[in-house]
Amino acid sequence: MNDLLIAGGIGVAFGAALECAGLGDPPKLAGQFYLRDFTVLKVMLSAMLTAMLGAFWGGRLGLFDSAAFYVPDTYLLPQLVGGLIFGLGFVLSGLCPGTSCVALAGGRIEGAATMLGLLAGLLLVGLAFPAIESFYRATPYGPLTLQGLTGLPYGVVVALVTVIAISVLAWIAKREARP
Amino acid sequence: MRPLRSYADPHLAGVCLGLVLLACFALTGQGLGASGAFASVASGVISNVSPETAAHSAYFRSYLQDGSPWTAWIVVEIVGVLIGAAVSAALAGRTRSMFVRAARPSAGKLFASVAGGILMGIGAALARGCTSGLALSGGAVLSVGAWIFMGTLFLAGFVAAPLVRRLWP
Repeated sequence: MNDLLIAGGIGVAFGAALECAGLGDPPKLAGQFYLRDFTVLKVMLSAMLTAMLGAFWGGRLGLFDSAAFYVPDTYLLPQLVGGLIFGLGFVLSGLCPGTSCVALAGGRIEGAATMLGLLAGLLLVGLAFPAIESFYRATPYGPLTLQGLTGLPYGVVVALVTVIAISVLAWIAKREARP
Repeated sequence: MRPLRSYADPHLAGVCLGLVLLACFALTGQGLGASGAFASVASGVISNVSPETAAHSAYFRSYLQDGSPWTAWIVVEIVGVLIGAAVSAALAGRTRSMFVRAARPSAGKLFASVAGGILMGIGAALARGCTSGLALSGGAVLSVGAWIFMGTLFLAGFVAAPLVRRLWP
């Protein structure tokens, strides 16, 4: 029960943050792919930087055990192909799974249409699963991290990702400042 | 039509989102998610309609083995997202019942939304997560698969965008 209270509370905060950022608005999200609205990249990079640095420094300072945080397993080919199919769907809908809920909550009909499509797509995968299971389980690498892959220390990878992400954000700011 | 109120600064909203993600990691050990809720609900529907079909697929079974798929952690989280976003939009005066892309819903554009959802459902199932659960949450803990997924999703989006230009006037 306590778990589900946390789930609901985290969800409310998650939904409010996405809505405030404007990520319930399909033309705004699609605008990222036409380089005319950079909200998606700005929000994703700022959020990722905050959580990555928070996890690193919180772990260093002993606030929590960040080494126990769940790292998704890497399945090279399924994730590569999954990303390509997902990106195609993203530009058709102008929404992703989380933001489709935000769009519906703000009264946008596309949100409901995208949510129905998502349910249908996942039903299709479940029904076809015996046929695609071998591909689904192909090229497994377990919970591989960038520091595990490169052999660099955790702190160095965090510093490199920080520099790259801030450079991208600075490039976007410079591009937008142009008359 | 009255103009919609403007949104928050995206960097500031992103930092808030990052703090929500960090709180989620600290409280539960796991990140945020979205597509998993749809997979859980799809599994629940199938197990009600045809339990044999659900039992035949290891994919549906994986969502049915730990208690009811209707009250899974991620389903409750997504109900929270719907509530949080609805309250936030209403308080900020940004709620408007409408079809954003056109004055009236056109069948073609509505179909594009459904088709996009179907493709994202398939993609998220193969990748084991979506922009929230894999790209953002996995990216923050430096998962290699999360970064691969993020790279190929943006690649496909940028390549496909000119082909569907007329959807986004």
